Amino acid sequence: MSLSGDTTLAKIIVVTSGKGGVGKTTSSAAIGTGIALKGHKTVIIDFDVGLRNLDLIMGCERRVVYDFVNVINKEATLSQALIKDKRTKDLFILPASQTRDKDALTIEGVQGVLEELAKDFEYIICDSPAGIEKGAQMALYFADAAIVVTNPEVSSVRDSDRILGILQSKSKRAEDGKEPIEEHLLLTRYHPGRVALGEMLSVSDVEDILAIPLLGVIPESEAVLKASNQGTPVILDTDSEAGLAYMDAVDRLMGEERPLRFLEVQKKGFIKRLLGG
Amino acid sequence: MTDSGFRLKGSVVTTVLLEIQTFSLDDIVFHLKEKIDQVPHFFNQAPIIIDISKMKRGIRLEEFEVLIQSVSALGLGVIGWRCDPEALPVWNASVTIPLLPASKARPINISPAVKEETSPDVVVKTVVEERLVPQATKVITKPIRSGQQVYAEGDLIILNQVSAGAEVLADGNIHVYGALRGRALAGVKGDADARIFCKSMEAELVSIAGNFMLSDALQNIVWKDSAQVLLVDDSLEIVPL
Repeated sequence: MSLSGDTTLAKIIVVTSGKGGVGKTTSSAAIGTGIALKGHKTVIIDFDVGLRNLDLIMGCERRVVYDFVNVINKEATLSQALIKDKRTKDLFILPASQTRDKDALTIEGVQGVLEELAKDFEYIICDSPAGIEKGAQMALYFADAAIVVTNPEVSSVRDSDRILGILQSKSKRAEDGKEPIEEHLLLTRYHPGRVALGEMLSVSDVEDILAIPLLGVIPESEAVLKASNQGTPVILDTDSEAGLAYMDAVDRLMGEERPLRFLEVQKKGFIKRLLGG
Repeated sequence: MTDSGFRLKGSVVTTVLLEIQTFSLDDIVFHLKEKIDQVPHFFNQAPIIIDISKMKRGIRLEEFEVLIQSVSALGLGVIGWRCDPEALPVWNASVTIPLLPASKARPINISPAVKEETSPDVVVKTVVEERLVPQATKVITKPIRSGQQVYAEGDLIILNQVSAGAEVLADGNIHVYGALRGRALAGVKGDADARIFCKSMEAELVSIAGNFMLSDALQNIVWKDSAQVLLVDDSLEIVPL
Protein backbone atom coordinates (compact mmCIF):
# COMPACT_ATOMS: atom_id res chain seq x y z
CA MET A 1 0.00 0.00 0.00
CA SER A 2 0.96 3.56 -0.51
CA LEU A 3 1.24 4.99 2.98
CA SER A 4 4.79 4.56 4.10
CA GLY A 5 6.13 2.00 1.70
CA ASP A 6 6.38 -0.79 4.27
CA THR A 7 5.37 -4.33 3.50
CA THR A 8 1.74 -4.32 4.64
CA LEU A 9 -0.54 -5.54 1.91
CA ALA A 10 -3.74 -3.68 2.76
CA LYS A 11 -5.44 -2.32 -0.32
CA ILE A 12 -7.16 1.04 0.02
CA ILE A 13 -10.18 1.40 -2.26
CA VAL A 14 -12.08 4.67 -2.50
CA VAL A 15 -15.71 4.62 -3.60
CA THR A 16 -16.30 8.00 -5.19
CA SER A 17 -18.43 9.79 -7.80
CA GLY A 18 -18.34 13.56 -7.63
CA LYS A 19 -22.11 13.73 -7.86
CA GLY A 20 -24.32 12.96 -4.87
CA GLY A 21 -27.10 10.42 -4.66
CA VAL A 22 -25.68 8.02 -7.22
CA GLY A 23 -25.17 5.16 -4.76
CA LYS A 24 -21.71 5.57 -3.22
CA THR A 25 -22.67 4.47 0.27
CA THR A 26 -24.90 1.64 -1.00
CA SER A 27 -22.00 0.47 -3.17
CA SER A 28 -19.42 0.83 -0.36
CA ALA A 29 -21.62 -1.25 1.95
CA ALA A 30 -22.32 -3.88 -0.71
CA ILE A 31 -18.76 -4.20 -1.98
CA GLY A 32 -17.21 -4.12 1.50
CA THR A 33 -19.59 -6.85 2.61
CA GLY A 34 -18.92 -8.83 -0.57
CA ILE A 35 -15.14 -8.74 -0.04
CA ALA A 36 -15.56 -9.78 3.60
CA LEU A 37 -17.84 -12.65 2.53
CA LYS A 38 -14.89 -13.94 0.52
CA GLY A 39 -12.93 -14.22 3.74
CA HIS A 40 -10.85 -11.02 3.53
CA LYS A 41 -10.71 -8.88 6.63
CA THR A 42 -12.31 -5.61 5.54
CA VAL A 43 -13.12 -2.23 7.07
CA ILE A 44 -15.42 0.39 5.57
CA ILE A 45 -14.68 4.00 6.61
CA ASP A 46 -17.36 6.66 6.32
CA PHE A 47 -15.61 9.84 5.15
CA ASP A 48 -18.85 11.81 4.99
CA VAL A 49 -18.21 13.70 8.23
CA GLY A 50 -21.34 15.62 9.23
CA LEU A 51 -23.67 13.56 7.01
CA ARG A 52 -23.18 10.12 8.50
CA ASN A 53 -25.06 7.49 6.50
CA LEU A 54 -23.00 4.32 6.25
CA ASP A 55 -24.03 3.16 9.74
CA LEU A 56 -27.70 3.34 8.68
CA ILE A 57 -27.12 1.34 5.50
CA MET A 58 -25.13 -1.20 7.51
CA GLY A 59 -27.75 -1.27 10.27
CA CYS A 60 -25.34 -0.45 13.07
CA GLU A 61 -26.42 3.10 13.90
CA ARG A 62 -27.37 2.21 17.47
CA ARG A 63 -23.91 0.87 18.18
CA VAL A 64 -21.98 4.03 17.28
CA VAL A 65 -20.14 5.33 20.35
CA TYR A 66 -16.89 6.75 19.01
CA ASP A 67 -16.19 7.78 15.43
CA PHE A 68 -13.48 8.45 12.83
CA VAL A 69 -12.88 12.03 14.04
CA ASN A 70 -12.53 10.86 17.67
CA VAL A 71 -9.78 8.49 16.51
CA ILE A 72 -8.05 11.22 14.48
CA ASN A 73 -8.14 13.52 17.51
CA LYS A 74 -6.93 10.67 19.73
CA GLU A 75 -10.05 10.93 21.90
CA ALA A 76 -10.66 7.23 21.34
CA THR A 77 -8.62 4.26 20.18
CA LEU A 78 -9.31 2.55 16.90
CA SER A 79 -10.56 -0.58 18.62
CA GLN A 80 -13.08 1.50 20.58
CA ALA A 81 -14.42 3.14 17.43
CA LEU A 82 -14.52 0.13 15.10
CA ILE A 83 -17.90 -1.60 14.95
CA LYS A 84 -17.89 -5.28 14.15
CA ASP A 85 -20.62 -6.25 11.71
CA LYS A 86 -23.13 -8.66 13.21
CA ARG A 87 -23.96 -10.49 9.99
CA THR A 88 -20.67 -10.78 8.20
CA LYS A 89 -17.52 -12.17 9.76
CA ASP A 90 -14.34 -10.22 8.95
CA LEU A 91 -16.27 -6.97 8.39
CA PHE A 92 -15.85 -3.77 10.41
CA ILE A 93 -17.25 -0.26 10.10
CA LEU A 94 -15.59 3.00 11.13
CA PRO A 95 -18.43 5.53 11.31
CA ALA A 96 -18.17 9.24 10.55
CA SER A 97 -18.85 11.92 13.10
CA GLN A 98 -22.27 13.51 12.72
CA THR A 99 -21.52 16.62 14.79
CA ARG A 100 -18.35 17.74 13.03
CA ASP A 101 -17.50 18.94 9.53
CA LYS A 102 -14.94 18.00 6.89
CA ASP A 103 -12.33 20.34 8.42
CA ALA A 104 -11.91 17.76 11.17
CA LEU A 105 -10.12 15.60 8.61
CA THR A 106 -6.40 16.24 8.16
CA ILE A 107 -3.91 14.47 5.92
CA GLU A 108 -1.78 13.46 8.91
CA GLY A 109 -4.79 12.33 10.92
CA VAL A 110 -6.23 10.24 8.10
CA GLN A 111 -2.81 8.80 7.32
CA GLY A 112 -2.34 7.77 10.95
CA VAL A 113 -5.68 5.97 11.06
CA LEU A 114 -5.10 4.24 7.71
CA GLU A 115 -1.62 3.11 8.74
CA GLU A 116 -2.99 1.57 11.90
CA LEU A 117 -5.84 -0.13 10.03
CA ALA A 118 -3.40 -1.47 7.45
CA LYS A 119 -1.77 -3.59 10.14
CA ASP A 120 -4.96 -5.59 10.70
CA PHE A 121 -7.02 -5.37 7.53
CA GLU A 122 -6.62 -6.62 3.98
CA TYR A 123 -9.08 -4.18 2.44
CA ILE A 124 -9.89 -0.63 3.50
CA ILE A 125 -12.94 0.80 1.74
CA CYS A 126 -13.22 4.59 1.89
CA ASP A 127 -16.80 5.77 1.36
CA SER A 128 -16.31 9.25 -0.09
CA PRO A 129 -18.68 12.17 0.39
CA ALA A 130 -20.12 13.83 -2.73
CA GLY A 131 -18.38 16.79 -4.28
CA ILE A 132 -14.76 17.45 -5.13
CA GLU A 133 -13.82 19.41 -2.03
CA LYS A 134 -11.85 18.52 1.05
CA GLY A 135 -13.87 15.52 2.24
CA ALA A 136 -13.78 13.85 -1.16
CA GLN A 137 -10.09 14.67 -1.62
CA MET A 138 -9.24 13.21 1.79
CA ALA A 139 -11.12 10.02 0.95
CA LEU A 140 -9.22 9.50 -2.29
CA TYR A 141 -5.80 10.85 -1.30
CA PHE A 142 -4.28 7.57 -0.07
CA ALA A 143 -6.20 5.24 -2.40
CA ASP A 144 -4.64 2.41 -4.37
CA ALA A 145 -7.81 1.81 -6.36
CA ALA A 146 -10.97 3.77 -7.05
CA ILE A 147 -14.49 2.60 -7.79
CA VAL A 148 -16.19 5.44 -9.63
CA VAL A 149 -19.94 5.14 -9.14
CA THR A 150 -21.87 6.60 -12.05
CA ASN A 151 -25.52 6.76 -13.05
CA PRO A 152 -26.35 6.51 -16.75
CA GLU A 153 -27.13 10.20 -17.18
CA VAL A 154 -25.01 13.05 -18.51
CA SER A 155 -24.46 15.10 -15.35
CA SER A 156 -23.33 12.08 -13.35
CA VAL A 157 -20.98 11.04 -16.16
CA ARG A 158 -19.53 14.55 -16.35
CA ASP A 159 -18.92 14.62 -12.57
CA SER A 160 -17.30 11.18 -12.70
CA ASP A 161 -15.00 12.45 -15.42
CA ARG A 162 -14.07 15.36 -13.15
CA ILE A 163 -13.31 13.09 -10.20
CA LEU A 164 -11.17 10.87 -12.46
CA GLY A 165 -9.08 13.92 -13.24
CA ILE A 166 -8.67 14.63 -9.53
CA LEU A 167 -7.73 10.99 -8.83
CA GLN A 168 -4.92 11.25 -11.34
CA SER A 169 -3.66 14.64 -10.22
CA LYS A 170 -4.34 15.18 -6.51
CA SER A 171 -3.87 11.73 -4.99
CA LYS A 172 -0.75 10.72 -3.08
CA ARG A 173 0.15 8.29 -5.84
CA ALA A 174 -0.01 11.12 -8.38
CA GLU A 175 1.98 13.50 -6.17
CA ASP A 176 4.66 10.87 -5.53
CA GLY A 177 4.80 9.99 -9.24
CA LYS A 178 3.93 6.38 -8.47
CA GLU A 179 1.85 3.99 -10.52
CA PRO A 180 -1.53 5.69 -10.93
CA ILE A 181 -4.64 4.70 -8.98
CA GLU A 182 -6.47 1.76 -10.61
CA GLU A 183 -9.81 2.95 -11.90
CA HIS A 184 -13.03 0.94 -12.00
CA LEU A 185 -16.36 2.07 -13.38
CA LEU A 186 -19.46 0.94 -11.51
CA LEU A 187 -22.63 1.87 -13.34
CA THR A 188 -25.58 1.95 -10.93
CA ARG A 189 -29.35 2.47 -11.25
CA TYR A 190 -29.22 1.06 -14.77
CA HIS A 191 -32.63 0.67 -16.37
CA PRO A 192 -32.44 -1.41 -19.58
CA GLY A 193 -35.99 -0.46 -20.58
CA ARG A 194 -35.25 3.26 -20.47
CA VAL A 195 -31.95 2.72 -22.28
CA ALA A 196 -33.87 0.94 -25.07
CA LEU A 197 -36.19 3.95 -25.29
CA GLY A 198 -33.21 6.28 -25.54
CA GLU A 199 -34.05 7.97 -22.22
CA MET A 200 -30.87 6.83 -20.54
CA LEU A 201 -27.24 6.48 -21.62
CA SER A 202 -26.24 2.92 -22.46
CA VAL A 203 -23.29 1.05 -20.96
CA SER A 204 -21.27 1.62 -24.12
CA ASP A 205 -22.09 5.36 -24.15
CA VAL A 206 -20.72 5.73 -20.63
CA GLU A 207 -17.70 3.51 -21.32
CA ASP A 208 -16.97 5.58 -24.41
CA ILE A 209 -17.02 8.88 -22.49
CA LEU A 210 -15.13 7.78 -19.38
CA ALA A 211 -12.76 5.30 -21.03
CA ILE A 212 -12.03 3.25 -17.90
CA PRO A 213 -12.60 -0.48 -17.31
CA LEU A 214 -16.11 -1.52 -16.33
CA LEU A 215 -16.38 -3.23 -12.94
CA GLY A 216 -20.09 -3.84 -13.03
CA VAL A 217 -23.57 -2.67 -13.92
CA ILE A 218 -26.12 -2.62 -11.11
CA PRO A 219 -29.70 -2.59 -12.38
CA GLU A 220 -32.23 -0.20 -10.86
CA SER A 221 -33.99 -2.32 -8.29
CA GLU A 222 -36.55 -1.89 -5.55
CA ALA A 223 -34.40 -4.22 -3.49
CA VAL A 224 -31.83 -1.42 -3.03
CA LEU A 225 -34.24 0.96 -1.28
CA LYS A 226 -35.70 -1.87 0.76
CA ALA A 227 -32.25 -2.98 1.85
CA SER A 228 -31.24 0.59 2.79
CA ASN A 229 -34.29 1.05 4.94
CA GLN A 230 -33.73 -2.28 6.65
CA GLY A 231 -30.07 -1.56 7.24
CA THR A 232 -28.92 -4.63 5.33
CA PRO A 233 -26.38 -4.35 2.51
CA VAL A 234 -28.20 -5.26 -0.71
CA ILE A 235 -25.50 -7.77 -1.64
CA LEU A 236 -26.92 -10.07 1.06
CA ASP A 237 -30.24 -10.16 -0.82
CA THR A 238 -29.37 -13.00 -3.18
CA ASP A 239 -32.87 -12.99 -4.65
CA SER A 240 -32.42 -9.53 -6.11
CA GLU A 241 -30.74 -8.68 -9.39
CA ALA A 242 -28.94 -5.77 -7.71
CA GLY A 243 -27.50 -8.08 -5.04
CA LEU A 244 -26.29 -10.56 -7.66
CA ALA A 245 -24.85 -7.79 -9.82
CA TYR A 246 -22.88 -6.45 -6.82
CA MET A 247 -21.54 -9.95 -6.15
CA ASP A 248 -20.41 -10.17 -9.78
CA ALA A 249 -18.67 -6.81 -9.37
CA VAL A 250 -16.84 -8.03 -6.24
CA ASP A 251 -15.76 -11.18 -8.11
CA ARG A 252 -14.36 -9.02 -10.91
CA LEU A 253 -12.61 -6.79 -8.37
CA MET A 254 -10.91 -9.95 -7.07
CA GLY A 255 -9.74 -10.67 -10.58
CA GLU A 256 -12.32 -13.22 -11.65
CA GLU A 257 -14.10 -13.13 -14.99
CA ARG A 258 -17.86 -12.69 -14.85
CA PRO A 259 -20.11 -11.99 -17.83
CA LEU A 260 -22.30 -8.90 -17.54
CA ARG A 261 -25.95 -9.65 -16.84
CA PHE A 262 -29.25 -7.81 -16.33
CA LEU A 263 -28.50 -5.52 -19.29
CA GLU A 264 -31.40 -6.66 -21.45
CA VAL A 265 -35.03 -5.71 -21.17
CA GLN A 266 -36.78 -8.54 -19.32
CA LYS A 267 -39.29 -10.19 -21.56
CA LYS A 268 -42.42 -10.71 -19.59
CA GLY A 269 -43.71 -14.28 -19.64
CA PHE A 270 -47.22 -15.14 -20.78
CA ILE A 271 -48.59 -15.61 -17.26
CA LYS A 272 -46.94 -12.44 -15.98
CA ARG A 273 -48.46 -10.49 -18.84
CA LEU A 274 -51.81 -12.08 -18.12
CA LEU A 275 -51.58 -11.00 -14.51
CA GLY A 276 -50.39 -7.56 -15.57
CA GLY A 277 -47.17 -7.90 -13.53
CA MET B 1 -2.93 19.26 -1.44
CA THR B 2 -0.27 20.86 0.75
CA ASP B 3 -0.88 24.55 1.23
CA SER B 4 2.44 26.26 1.78
CA GLY B 5 1.09 29.75 1.19
CA PHE B 6 3.48 30.53 -1.65
CA ARG B 7 4.73 29.35 -5.01
CA LEU B 8 8.23 29.52 -6.40
CA LYS B 9 8.34 30.53 -10.05
CA GLY B 10 10.87 31.66 -12.57
CA SER B 11 10.52 35.16 -14.05
CA VAL B 12 12.23 37.31 -16.64
CA VAL B 13 12.62 41.01 -15.94
CA THR B 14 13.83 43.76 -18.21
CA THR B 15 16.53 45.77 -16.44
CA VAL B 16 18.83 48.65 -17.13
CA LEU B 17 22.54 47.95 -17.16
CA LEU B 18 24.91 50.66 -15.96
CA GLU B 19 28.25 49.92 -17.55
CA ILE B 20 31.05 51.81 -15.83
CA GLN B 21 34.17 52.50 -17.88
CA THR B 22 36.04 54.92 -15.69
CA PHE B 23 35.24 55.59 -12.07
CA SER B 24 34.59 59.25 -11.62
CA LEU B 25 31.73 59.55 -9.23
CA ASP B 26 30.78 63.16 -9.95
CA ASP B 27 30.76 62.64 -13.72
CA ILE B 28 28.75 59.46 -13.45
CA VAL B 29 26.15 61.02 -11.18
CA PHE B 30 25.95 64.16 -13.30
CA HIS B 31 25.48 62.42 -16.65
CA LEU B 32 23.25 59.73 -15.23
CA LYS B 33 21.00 62.39 -13.75
CA GLU B 34 20.89 64.09 -17.12
CA LYS B 35 19.76 60.82 -18.74
CA ILE B 36 17.15 60.30 -16.08
CA ASP B 37 15.78 63.78 -16.48
CA GLN B 38 15.20 63.15 -20.19
CA VAL B 39 12.86 60.21 -19.52
CA PRO B 40 12.08 60.27 -15.79
CA HIS B 41 9.15 57.82 -16.01
CA PHE B 42 11.44 55.23 -17.59
CA PHE B 43 13.98 55.34 -14.79
CA ASN B 44 11.68 55.86 -11.84
CA GLN B 45 12.43 52.95 -9.47
CA ALA B 46 13.78 51.02 -12.46
CA PRO B 47 15.78 47.93 -11.58
CA ILE B 48 19.40 48.48 -12.51
CA ILE B 49 22.52 46.34 -12.66
CA ILE B 50 25.96 47.91 -12.21
CA ASP B 51 28.52 46.36 -14.54
CA ILE B 52 32.19 46.96 -13.85
CA SER B 53 33.57 44.45 -16.31
CA LYS B 54 34.54 47.17 -18.84
CA MET B 55 36.64 49.14 -16.35
CA LYS B 56 40.22 49.46 -17.41
CA ARG B 57 41.38 50.32 -13.92
CA GLY B 58 39.85 48.44 -11.03
CA ILE B 59 37.59 49.90 -8.39
CA ARG B 60 37.94 49.78 -4.63
CA LEU B 61 35.20 48.46 -2.36
CA GLU B 62 34.63 51.88 -0.77
CA GLU B 63 34.30 53.48 -4.21
CA PHE B 64 31.91 50.78 -5.35
CA GLU B 65 29.72 51.18 -2.26
CA VAL B 66 29.57 54.92 -2.72
CA LEU B 67 28.57 54.30 -6.34
CA ILE B 68 25.72 51.98 -5.28
CA GLN B 69 24.48 54.60 -2.80
CA SER B 70 24.67 57.39 -5.34
CA VAL B 71 22.79 55.41 -7.99
CA SER B 72 20.13 54.47 -5.45
CA ALA B 73 19.85 58.11 -4.43
CA LEU B 74 18.93 58.94 -8.04
CA GLY B 75 15.80 56.85 -7.66
CA LEU B 76 17.03 53.66 -9.29
CA GLY B 77 16.80 50.26 -7.64
CA VAL B 78 20.17 48.51 -7.74
CA ILE B 79 19.41 44.80 -7.90
CA GLY B 80 22.85 43.41 -8.56
CA TRP B 81 26.25 43.84 -10.06
CA ARG B 82 28.32 42.22 -12.74
CA CYS B 83 32.02 41.79 -13.17
CA ASP B 84 34.40 40.06 -15.50
CA PRO B 85 34.80 36.66 -13.81
CA GLU B 86 38.49 36.73 -14.74
CA ALA B 87 39.03 39.95 -12.84
CA LEU B 88 36.83 39.44 -9.83
CA PRO B 89 37.92 41.89 -7.10
CA VAL B 90 39.07 40.36 -3.82
CA TRP B 91 36.33 42.18 -1.96
CA ASN B 92 33.52 40.63 -4.07
CA ALA B 93 32.04 38.71 -1.15
CA SER B 94 31.68 41.89 0.93
CA VAL B 95 29.19 43.52 -1.43
CA THR B 96 25.67 43.40 -0.07
CA ILE B 97 23.89 43.22 -3.44
CA PRO B 98 24.00 39.98 -5.47
CA LEU B 99 26.75 39.29 -8.00
CA LEU B 100 25.03 38.33 -11.25
CA PRO B 101 26.50 36.08 -13.93
CA ALA B 102 27.91 37.86 -16.96
CA SER B 103 25.72 37.85 -20.03
CA LYS B 104 25.66 39.16 -23.54
CA ALA B 105 24.04 42.52 -23.52
CA ARG B 106 23.00 44.27 -26.68
CA PRO B 107 22.92 48.06 -26.54
CA ILE B 108 19.66 49.63 -27.61
CA ASN B 109 18.92 53.26 -27.93
CA ILE B 110 16.66 54.61 -25.35
CA SER B 111 14.78 57.77 -26.14
CA PRO B 112 15.12 60.96 -27.29
CA ALA B 113 17.36 59.86 -30.07
CA VAL B 114 17.83 63.50 -31.07
CA LYS B 115 20.00 64.27 -28.07
CA GLU B 116 23.12 62.25 -28.67
CA GLU B 117 25.04 63.50 -25.67
CA THR B 118 26.39 60.29 -24.37
CA SER B 119 29.04 60.75 -21.82
CA PRO B 120 32.14 58.77 -22.63
CA ASP B 121 32.26 57.53 -19.07
CA VAL B 122 28.76 56.21 -18.68
CA VAL B 123 26.91 54.01 -21.10
CA VAL B 124 23.36 53.14 -20.24
CA LYS B 125 22.15 49.97 -21.90
CA THR B 126 18.87 48.21 -21.69
CA VAL B 127 19.35 44.51 -21.34
CA VAL B 128 16.46 42.32 -22.25
CA GLU B 129 17.09 39.09 -20.41
CA GLU B 130 15.26 36.86 -22.82
CA ARG B 131 16.44 33.55 -24.04
CA LEU B 132 15.10 31.92 -27.17
CA VAL B 133 14.31 28.42 -25.99
CA PRO B 134 13.16 26.08 -28.72
CA GLN B 135 9.52 25.42 -27.84
CA ALA B 136 9.34 21.75 -27.10
CA THR B 137 6.30 19.76 -28.09
CA LYS B 138 4.27 18.56 -25.14
CA VAL B 139 3.03 14.98 -25.40
CA ILE B 140 0.24 13.75 -23.13
CA THR B 141 -0.76 10.10 -22.98
CA LYS B 142 -3.50 10.21 -20.34
CA PRO B 143 -7.05 11.39 -20.96
CA ILE B 144 -7.67 15.07 -20.21
CA ARG B 145 -10.64 14.98 -17.85
CA SER B 146 -13.40 17.50 -17.29
CA GLY B 147 -12.10 20.49 -15.35
CA GLN B 148 -8.47 19.93 -16.34
CA GLN B 149 -6.54 22.44 -18.40
CA VAL B 150 -3.37 21.76 -20.36
CA TYR B 151 -1.22 24.41 -22.01
CA ALA B 152 1.81 23.95 -24.23
CA GLU B 153 4.17 26.70 -25.31
CA GLY B 154 4.86 24.82 -28.52
CA ASP B 155 2.75 22.08 -30.06
CA LEU B 156 0.47 19.90 -27.98
CA ILE B 157 -0.04 16.24 -28.80
CA ILE B 158 -2.62 14.25 -26.86
CA LEU B 159 -2.68 10.50 -27.45
CA ASN B 160 -6.01 10.14 -25.71
CA GLN B 161 -9.35 11.82 -25.39
CA VAL B 162 -10.17 15.34 -24.22
CA SER B 163 -13.35 15.17 -22.15
CA ALA B 164 -16.21 17.63 -22.23
CA GLY B 165 -15.43 20.42 -19.80
CA ALA B 166 -11.66 20.10 -20.31
CA GLU B 167 -9.56 22.74 -22.05
CA VAL B 168 -6.40 22.30 -24.11
CA LEU B 169 -4.38 25.29 -25.25
CA ALA B 170 -1.19 25.70 -27.26
CA ASP B 171 0.85 28.49 -28.81
CA GLY B 172 1.31 26.09 -31.72
CA ASN B 173 -0.72 23.21 -33.15
CA ILE B 174 -2.93 20.79 -31.23
CA HIS B 175 -3.23 17.12 -32.15
CA VAL B 176 -5.79 14.93 -30.39
CA TYR B 177 -5.53 11.24 -31.23
CA GLY B 178 -8.84 10.47 -29.56
CA ALA B 179 -12.20 12.16 -29.24
CA LEU B 180 -12.03 15.93 -28.79
CA ARG B 181 -15.07 16.70 -26.63
CA GLY B 182 -13.82 19.71 -24.69
CA ARG B 183 -12.34 23.01 -25.85
CA ALA B 184 -9.24 23.29 -28.00
CA LEU B 185 -7.49 26.61 -28.56
CA ALA B 186 -4.48 26.65 -30.88
CA GLY B 187 -2.25 29.62 -31.65
CA VAL B 188 -3.28 31.34 -28.42
CA LYS B 189 -0.47 33.89 -28.79
CA GLY B 190 -1.73 34.88 -32.20
CA ASP B 191 -0.15 32.33 -34.55
CA ALA B 192 -2.68 32.25 -37.39
CA ASP B 193 -0.89 29.30 -39.00
CA ALA B 194 -1.63 27.02 -36.06
CA ARG B 195 -4.04 24.14 -36.66
CA ILE B 196 -6.06 21.64 -34.68
CA PHE B 197 -6.20 17.99 -35.70
CA CYS B 198 -8.43 15.43 -34.04
CA LYS B 199 -9.55 11.87 -34.56
CA SER B 200 -13.16 12.52 -33.60
CA MET B 201 -14.52 16.06 -33.71
CA GLU B 202 -17.02 16.46 -30.87
CA ALA B 203 -15.65 19.72 -29.48
CA GLU B 204 -17.47 22.29 -27.39
CA LEU B 205 -15.30 24.97 -28.94
CA VAL B 206 -12.35 25.20 -31.31
CA SER B 207 -10.28 28.34 -31.71
CA ILE B 208 -7.28 29.42 -33.74
CA ALA B 209 -5.59 32.71 -32.88
CA GLY B 210 -8.78 33.93 -31.22
CA ASN B 211 -11.18 32.95 -34.02
CA PHE B 212 -13.55 30.41 -32.55
CA MET B 213 -16.45 28.16 -33.46
CA LEU B 214 -18.92 26.43 -31.13
CA SER B 215 -20.24 22.89 -31.26
CA ASP B 216 -23.56 23.90 -32.80
CA ALA B 217 -21.77 25.17 -35.88
CA LEU B 218 -19.30 22.29 -35.92
CA GLN B 219 -22.10 19.72 -35.95
CA ASN B 220 -23.21 20.94 -39.36
CA ILE B 221 -19.73 20.53 -40.86
CA VAL B 222 -17.85 17.54 -39.40
CA TRP B 223 -19.07 15.63 -36.36
CA LYS B 224 -17.74 12.50 -34.69
CA ASP B 225 -15.23 12.15 -37.49
CA SER B 226 -11.59 13.04 -37.99
CA ALA B 227 -11.03 16.66 -38.89
CA GLN B 228 -8.59 19.53 -38.96
CA VAL B 229 -9.26 23.13 -38.13
CA LEU B 230 -7.33 25.90 -39.83
CA LEU B 231 -7.59 29.62 -40.39
CA VAL B 232 -8.07 30.85 -43.96
CA ASP B 233 -8.41 34.62 -44.45
CA ASP B 234 -9.48 35.18 -40.85
CA SER B 235 -12.21 32.59 -40.96
CA LEU B 236 -12.13 29.09 -39.52
CA GLU B 237 -12.33 26.16 -41.85
CA ILE B 238 -13.14 22.67 -40.67
CA VAL B 239 -11.84 20.10 -43.12
CA PRO B 240 -12.41 16.33 -42.90
CA LEU B 241 -9.18 14.38 -42.78
